[in-house]
Amino acid sequence: MAETVLEVRGLAKSFGALRATDGIDLDVRDGETHAVIGPNGAGKTTFIKQLSGELHPDAGQVRFAGEDITALPAHRRSRKGLARSFQITSIYRDFSALDNVALAVQAHAGHSFRFWRPARDDGSLTEPAAQILQRVGLHQRKNILAANLSHGEQRQLEIAMVLATRPRLMLLDEPVAGMGSDESQRMIGLLAGLKGEKTVVLVEHDMDAVFSLADRISVLVYGRIIATGTPAEIRANAEVRAAYLGEDL
Amino acid sequence: MTRARIAFWTVLVTLLVLLPPAAAALQQPFYLDLVRKAMIFAIAAASLNLILGYGGLVSFGHAAYLGIGGYAVGVLAFYGTTSGWLQWGVAIGASALVALAIGAVSIRTSGIYFIMITLAFTQMLYYLGISIEEYGGDDGMRIKTRSDFSGLIDLGDPVAFYYLALVLMLACLFLVHRIANSRFGMVLRAAKSNEPRSRGIGYSPYAYRLVAFVIAGAMCGLAGAMFANHTAYITPEFMHWTRSGEIMFMVILGGIASTAGPLLGALVLLVVETLLAGWTEHWQAILGPLLVLSVLFFRRGLAGMIPGSRDG
Repeated sequence: MAETVLEVRGLAKSFGALRATDGIDLDVRDGETHAVIGPNGAGKTTFIKQLSGELHPDAGQVRFAGEDITALPAHRRSRKGLARSFQITSIYRDFSALDNVALAVQAHAGHSFRFWRPARDDGSLTEPAAQILQRVGLHQRKNILAANLSHGEQRQLEIAMVLATRPRLMLLDEPVAGMGSDESQRMIGLLAGLKGEKTVVLVEHDMDAVFSLADRISVLVYGRIIATGTPAEIRANAEVRAAYLGEDL
Repeated sequence: MTRARIAFWTVLVTLLVLLPPAAAALQQPFYLDLVRKAMIFAIAAASLNLILGYGGLVSFGHAAYLGIGGYAVGVLAFYGTTSGWLQWGVAIGASALVALAIGAVSIRTSGIYFIMITLAFTQMLYYLGISIEEYGGDDGMRIKTRSDFSGLIDLGDPVAFYYLALVLMLACLFLVHRIANSRFGMVLRAAKSNEPRSRGIGYSPYAYRLVAFVIAGAMCGLAGAMFANHTAYITPEFMHWTRSGEIMFMVILGGIASTAGPLLGALVLLVVETLLAGWTEHWQAILGPLLVLSVLFFRRGLAGMIPGSRDG
């Protein structure tokens, strides 16, 4: 069995009386694409924010590559190789696509207290950025202002920024949300191309995406994981079917 | 640089270089004085543009450093130290230190709190200036001898001082331009554009913002030292909140996050102010609405009207 990269134990977070995550245990193995699904309000977003470091849990532990990172803030986790995309597209809208990715490259290329040389003329930033844009299929749009890209392209750009941080583990929060079917097929193709190379935690509503990408699936209901298994096992699980009230899985 | 930009800067710098002989030929030394003042304020506005325009830090207390720079010159001169190297060095260094202290506290806040806390610190310095009777208190004090640069340049000569201001102003605009487009500047601008995204890819904006705040304070301290020599007088009014507002308005009128904006804003604001003041004593009643209209209709400021003038 492959090494465990991310190890979550007893993760809990309450907002007043609401237990958004209520003792989550999860193991993510090296190289796998691990999907987390669940009905609306199951606590998926709260969960991913605790993994990325934007929310601090009330209890529990997150271990990444063997190290306890429970207390680390988001930017420190990113430096350790844990990067996330956002459910609502989060890019630098008033910068070009290339600038967006180059900024992500720069974040992991030593400190940025360099005041004189123009960053846009720095091949050590722009060349890797251009390669990553090529990989996600945006190279012909590299000089377009991010705000002027289509919704699907903006999501691709966000994946490119995550890739540019050279993460060991990618947290993808609903990468195909709000996409048309063509766009979402393209995104699924892009993510399929990363399989095996990157470890991915995929939080997603779109069942096509989940079942075509995931090696394993965990089902989150009312802040707890009720089942973890291969797509076939999850499809056959009675408890999961009950949680989805007969929706097709 | 686009051709339009090269043409723009060539024309602008040529006009500024030719102004002293033109003013002398027309026997209008007043314009020399006015444009020199505008160039000194362009330095102050350029420094504010670094943190406000590129960094998104709306400091409403930037006049503090104008005051610190001015008082560094005035107080040292009061005790008989007239070396410009020392005076201006202290002006820059003291401004950087105060900016470090003010920034360390205020950058932890954001939005309206940041505006209010920077204003509050500057008001404290303003009242400090008023309370020190030895340096003239409310009335301020005259500077008997201008800064002396080992005889290299005589600031008592209006034309020499004018050209020094021109060179320093161009150097400061260029410096801010380089910083804004460096790795450091890109981090600063990115954090303004989308802070959660910056944290998500591994940046912690605080340290970058604080360093920018210190650079801006130091640069404005230089403007303060120059302004004290320009007026040969220092008063707490250097630090009044309306000064902070004036500098901020120059940045906005000129065009936020543009290289030439601070100079255009300072020139236009001071020239219009002077023209209106010569025409009627109620000039502020006209200037106010003009400013409101310019903000409403020139969103990108005066620099936005030059093709290709905006940094991408």
